[in-house]
This record gives sequence, C-alpha cells and structure tokens, in this order.
Amino acid sequence: MEGQEQLMLVMSNITKRFPGIVANDHVNFALRKGEIHTLLGENGAGKSTLMNVLDGIYYPDEGEIVIEGKRVDLRSPLDSMKHGIGMIHQNFMLVDSLSVIENVILGLESQGFYIDKKSVADRIEAIARKYNFRVDPYAKIWQLSVGEQQRVEIIKTLFKGARILILDEPTAVLTPQESEELFGILREMKSEGKSIIFISHKLNEVMSVSDRVTVLRKGLLVGTVDTASVTERELAKMMIGRDVLFRLERKEIEQGREVLKVEDAQAHNDRGIMALNKLSISVHGGEIMGVAGVAGNGQVELAECITGLRHLVSGHVTVEGIDVTNATPCTLASAGVNYIPADRLGVGLVPNLSTVDNAMLRKYRQKPMCRGTFIDYGAACTYADGLIEKFDIAVPLRNAPIKVLSGGNMQKLLLAREIAENPRLLIAEHPTRGLDVGATEFVRKTLLEERDNGVAVLLISEDLDEILMVADRVAVMYEGRIVGIVDTHHVDIAQIGLMMAGAVGAKA
Amino acid sequence: MNPTFGSILIKVLAGAVQSGTILLLPTLGEVLTERSGVLNLGLEGLMLIGAFFGFLGAMKTGNPYIGLLLGMAAAAAAAAIHAFICVTLRGNQTVTGLALTIFGTGLTSFYGDSWVSQRLTTAIKPMAIPGLSQIPVVGPILFSQDLIVYAGYILVALFWFLLFKTKVGVNLRAVGENAKAADAMGVNVVGTRYFWTILGGALAGAGGAYITCCIHPYWLNGITSGKGWIAVALVVFAMWNPFNSLLGAFLFGSIEALQLQLQAAGTYINSALLSMLPYIATFLVIIVATLIVRVRHVGTPKELGIPYAREEK
Repeated sequence: MEGQEQLMLVMSNITKRFPGIVANDHVNFALRKGEIHTLLGENGAGKSTLMNVLDGIYYPDEGEIVIEGKRVDLRSPLDSMKHGIGMIHQNFMLVDSLSVIENVILGLESQGFYIDKKSVADRIEAIARKYNFRVDPYAKIWQLSVGEQQRVEIIKTLFKGARILILDEPTAVLTPQESEELFGILREMKSEGKSIIFISHKLNEVMSVSDRVTVLRKGLLVGTVDTASVTERELAKMMIGRDVLFRLERKEIEQGREVLKVEDAQAHNDRGIMALNKLSISVHGGEIMGVAGVAGNGQVELAECITGLRHLVSGHVTVEGIDVTNATPCTLASAGVNYIPADRLGVGLVPNLSTVDNAMLRKYRQKPMCRGTFIDYGAACTYADGLIEKFDIAVPLRNAPIKVLSGGNMQKLLLAREIAENPRLLIAEHPTRGLDVGATEFVRKTLLEERDNGVAVLLISEDLDEILMVADRVAVMYEGRIVGIVDTHHVDIAQIGLMMAGAVGAKA
Repeated sequence: MNPTFGSILIKVLAGAVQSGTILLLPTLGEVLTERSGVLNLGLEGLMLIGAFFGFLGAMKTGNPYIGLLLGMAAAAAAAAIHAFICVTLRGNQTVTGLALTIFGTGLTSFYGDSWVSQRLTTAIKPMAIPGLSQIPVVGPILFSQDLIVYAGYILVALFWFLLFKTKVGVNLRAVGENAKAADAMGVNVVGTRYFWTILGGALAGAGGAYITCCIHPYWLNGITSGKGWIAVALVVFAMWNPFNSLLGAFLFGSIEALQLQLQAAGTYINSALLSMLPYIATFLVIIVATLIVRVRHVGTPKELGIPYAREEK
C-alpha cells in the first residue's frame, strides 16, 4: 500500500471495546514522517479512543502498533513518551499553581535533584524561539491565556523529545487568531520533520493545515485520503455517512404563533469565554426546531439561557411575548417552559431520590401534594402512579432511588414529568442519547405528539439523523451563532455538514 | 528598663520556642502530607501515640533519644494505616483521620493507665550551641535549647528547599494540585502520597514524643491536650509553607508560654480562662488566614482530600 513511503507509525487492526460498545473496530492508521495527518470524525466516532491507545492510556484488545519499523507495546503514557509520542489533550494536563518551568520538568527523569531554573528556562525559550512564539518560563499556569497554556503543552512534549505529536481538537478552545498561530507552529514543526496527528471535525481547518485525512465513523475506518484530492463536501459526506434516512409519520399542521424568541443573546461558558455571539432564533407553536452543530459551539449555553440556568450578558429572551430574560427557572416553569436536559441524572433527576419524589419535583409546592408544611405522600404516589401508567414506565419499586432505573425508563419519567406541566415551550437536549431503539422511538414520538398539540419544541441534538427525522426546520450552530436555518423537507446533508464545520454560512 | 522584666521576658520566650517546637513538628509534617493531597486529621492521635511510645521507649531503655525514635516509628506506622485507607482504598479522609485520633487516644489511655504519673529518670537536656548562645537576648532564647529544637530549625529550611527548589518538591506539589496531570507525566501518585503521609505521621509522633521525652518527662492520659488540633489549624495559617509554619508555631508557643507565666505570676484571671487562650487564638488565626487566602492566590492544595483513580471509561 504505502510500503515505499517513509512511515513513522503504523497502527493496524486496532480494536478497543468498552462495555456495550466497540469504540474502535479493526482500525488501520498510518502516519508518514513530516506530515500533518488529520483524524476526522463526529463525536463518538472513535478518534479519541484511537489516540488514547497510541498514548498508552488505553490498551487495545486487538491489533499492533509499529513505530519506525519496530513493534511496540504501549502500556502507559510514560511508555509512549519513551517512544517519542507526545499527546496534547483537549483538557490540558497542567498544574495551575506551578510555573511553566515546573510543569515542563514534572516527572522528568533526566533532571537532577536540584532544579536549575535558569537552564530549563533557557531551553524552553530556545524551543519557543525555534517555532516563532514566546512564553514566559517563570509565569504560573493560571496567569496564562488558554492559547499560551496550549503552547506550554507543546513545549512540554518537545522538551521530552517527542517526534510524533497528537493534538486532540486543539482549536476547540482557541480564538481564530490563536488557531492561525497554532497552524503556523504546526507547519514549522512539520518542516523540522516532526509527524503530527491533528484531531478535528472542523473541515476548513482540516483543508488548510493537513496533508492527509483519515476519516472514522462509529468506530470504523471510512478511509484515508490526500487532502489535495478531496473537497470539503466529500469529506463531510465521509464523516456523516449515508444520505438515506427513514422518516417518522409527520402530520402537516398549521404553524402557530411565535412562542420563543431569542434576540442577540450573548453569554459566557463555564470558562468565561463568550459562548453565544449575538445569537437569535425564534420557534413557533406546532413546530420542532432542531439545533444541529458540533459539540461545544454554544448549544449547551443556549439551552441554559432559555431555562434560566445561565446568565445572559446581553440580549433578550421572550416566551409568548413576555420578557423572561434572566428569569429564574421557577418563573420560567410557570411561564410554560419545560426542559429535558442532556444530563438527565444530574440536572433532570435527583439520583438518590425515589421515583415518587422525582415525579413530584414540579408539583410538590401545589395542592393537592402540598398541605401547608406537609407533603401528602398519598397524593404524590397517586400522581406518580398516573405518570408511570400513562407512559408505560417500568418501575420495579417506586420508592427505590431512581438511579436504579434503566436509562430509557428514567428518560420516560423525566419526559412524563415535564409534559404533564402542559408546556408551551419544550426544550429537549440530546433526548435520546444512550437510549435503546425502543425508548428512542418513544421519545421521538412523544416530541412529535407535543408538536401536534401546538407546543413549540426546541430539539438540540448532535444526531443529525434524529433532527432530520423529527424536526420541521434545522438551525445549525457554529461558534455561538446560528449560521443557517434549513427546512428539513428539502435538505442537503452535505450542506448541513459544511455549515456545522463552519465552512459556509446560511443558504438563501 | 526593669532588668527583672527583661530576664522574665527572655525566659518566657525561651519557653515559647520549646512549646512552639511541639507544634512545629506536626505542622511541618501535615504541610507536606496535605501538599500531596492527603488530609490527615489524625494528628492529635498520632501525637499521643508518639508521646506514649516515646515515653515507654525512654523508660525501658533509659535513653530519651531512642524513646523519641520509637515514638516516631509508632506514629509512622499508624499514619501508614491512614495512607492505606485513604490512598489505596480511596476512603473518606476526614472520617479516617477522626478515627485515627480516637484510636490514638483510646490506645494510649488503655496502655498508659498503668504508667500515669511515672517519671523518666533521664530526659532530653538542653545543649547550648557554643558561640551562638552567647549572643545577648537571641542566644538564650534560640540557641540554648535542646537538639529537637535545633532539628526543627533545620527541618524548616530543609523542607522549604525541598518543596520549592527541587524536583521532589515539584512532584509533591503536582500530586496534590492535579494528580491526573502528574500521573500523565509519569509521577508515581500513590507512592508520593504514601511517603509523605507516613513522614507526616513520623513528625507528628516526634512532636508528641518531644513532650514526654523532654518537656514533661512523665505520662498523663491525653497529655497532648489538643495540640494536634492546633497543628491542623496552623497548617492553614501557614498556607502550606514550612517557613510560615515556624512563625505560626512559635506564635502559638508564645501564647502558651505567656499564659503559663501569667498563671505562675498569680494574676486575678481564672486559670481555666487563661488555658483557653491558645484555642481562642486558633479561631483568630483561621479567620485571618482565610481572609489572606481569599485575597492572594495561594491556598489549599486543589485536590486535598480527593482520592485519585486512573480514569477508565
């Protein structure tokens, strides 16, 4: 195949299984000397697993790894380091309170007992100079910006003499300018003869920085191609897969009036970076609006802003004409906003409370469950039984902690509880993630029923098939904005894929 | 200036250095233990174990230094139990530490009962350092002490150097701040935590044994009277820094010495109230330290009390 090429690394037939899932299914991957090779795929395609195998964090169930013609056995990150592999994780492996120097020499055997800060600082600066960037070796990590921290990670791997660098979605946390600088550094390293594996799902970056691309989908290898010989559109199709979709029965119904209106919303994420950039969206009654996008483009923050869990820096949220900007979750609930959060067992339900307790969480302050100071458990049980029967939830013991239920039954209860409130706006975030086929279908049908009843549904999902199957329109999010809204009746998957990757804007 | 007042002050301060050293040793040990991410609330129990076995060793061998070493070894062994439960079994560190204190109190009271009020014939004696002890004021306060006090000075400097200037220190701090990152860089997280927990235990034992082998060379149940708890508070006051530990320990030593002198001088203040002084000061110190920590960016090691397990999917 590519025997005549100078191969740095060959991974063949790598298989890694986790309980209930095959994360890598006989994947082959070859890296040449002095190339930037992108590993492309959607979330859950198995990119990170494959790289964690290479970094010694996971040990593969099958397959072999050959570095420069020699078979290697990588059992820990230290093993990988010794073979010249350096991984830069998405969540940096840096100790905040230590200085750059201390982070760089952490765990190094080559350093003596006493730390000669001056000489380490000189070497750090020499590495930085070689690749045309600057870093203060004496600064503490917490004082540095995210971009600078990433450079410290790069220096760390180079300091240890890495010849193969793995960067796991390195631009996810960077501004466009910082990304450009990073690409400059990567190209410089390539010309030095280093081999770089670049994990990404942003197509424009892939096209601009890499020599070859290997695409994974659902744990399987789709193929390896030269970047020069493919288009973004072709890559998008390889990444997302089949065009064929089967559809659920969707009634044609009259679209109602506007229920949710978000105008110019701006909000920070947990790191304090602006995650919503003047986002505007509107959802009507009797409509399911799908929100598609690669994880981390502001979907979580959007849902949290509408449900009162995150503070808007600027902008407005109105529900049925009433301004509910930065209202409390309680006010929003009484305004008819109900929420199926992505983290069903952390945000949606209380794991250690019983099914009855969880069922009454929205109702316990009202009659008949609330009688002055006391809760009428008789009424609560009756109410819970009603939900259990209506939604056909399998609950072995309704007083046992809800965490013992299966994922599907938990989700059914959550859905039942929220829908029983007669919502005007229902926000569903990854409502079928991790559910089996039956439960998935049930959830989707329930969402469609709500739509038919005139509820406005905002469906946030990373599963494009799901959105196309259920939603009437799909809004594609990229970097905190809606880059385009497409009608799902006449849709072009490749077009959505390109929009998700930020390659094109809205289509007229 | 009244010459008698001057000599009394020197005497008080020399006593303060001794009382301070009792606190300094466990504080230093706990600073290092907590830097590795392990919280050991068992200091009081470890000090009692050190005090009792130190006393017993000195009694049986007639050599208070051998007694001291035995006390350290016994406390180190007890700290190893703490390490096993907290690091290997990933148990709750707060509860385990409290259990260790109860264990130490019970064990030493049980075996100590028959030894109550017995005295050592030979205790650790002061050894003035030639030259340094001749310096006016400073000499009699700091350099006319016993070997344990001098060892305390040296350990402060040694641990400061180790913590901030050597690779061992960087590894130690990294383990307590971000065990995952340290592990990814090839640092032995489990080994580091074991080592510093056991060493911290040995130092707590030394603090306890210093009481019975030197300052009060007899046995009483509960002889440490809460000094282990004060040491736990001092670690916060010291902001996990060996030099600040010295300051804090000697400050508390001064309060202790002052109240003893006030009692001896026969003031009108109730002696029970005076004995409370160090414990009241503990509150003040914690308040001050908390305020400082809030303003400056130094503080608790980030993963203090959090067990580490290598992540599996």
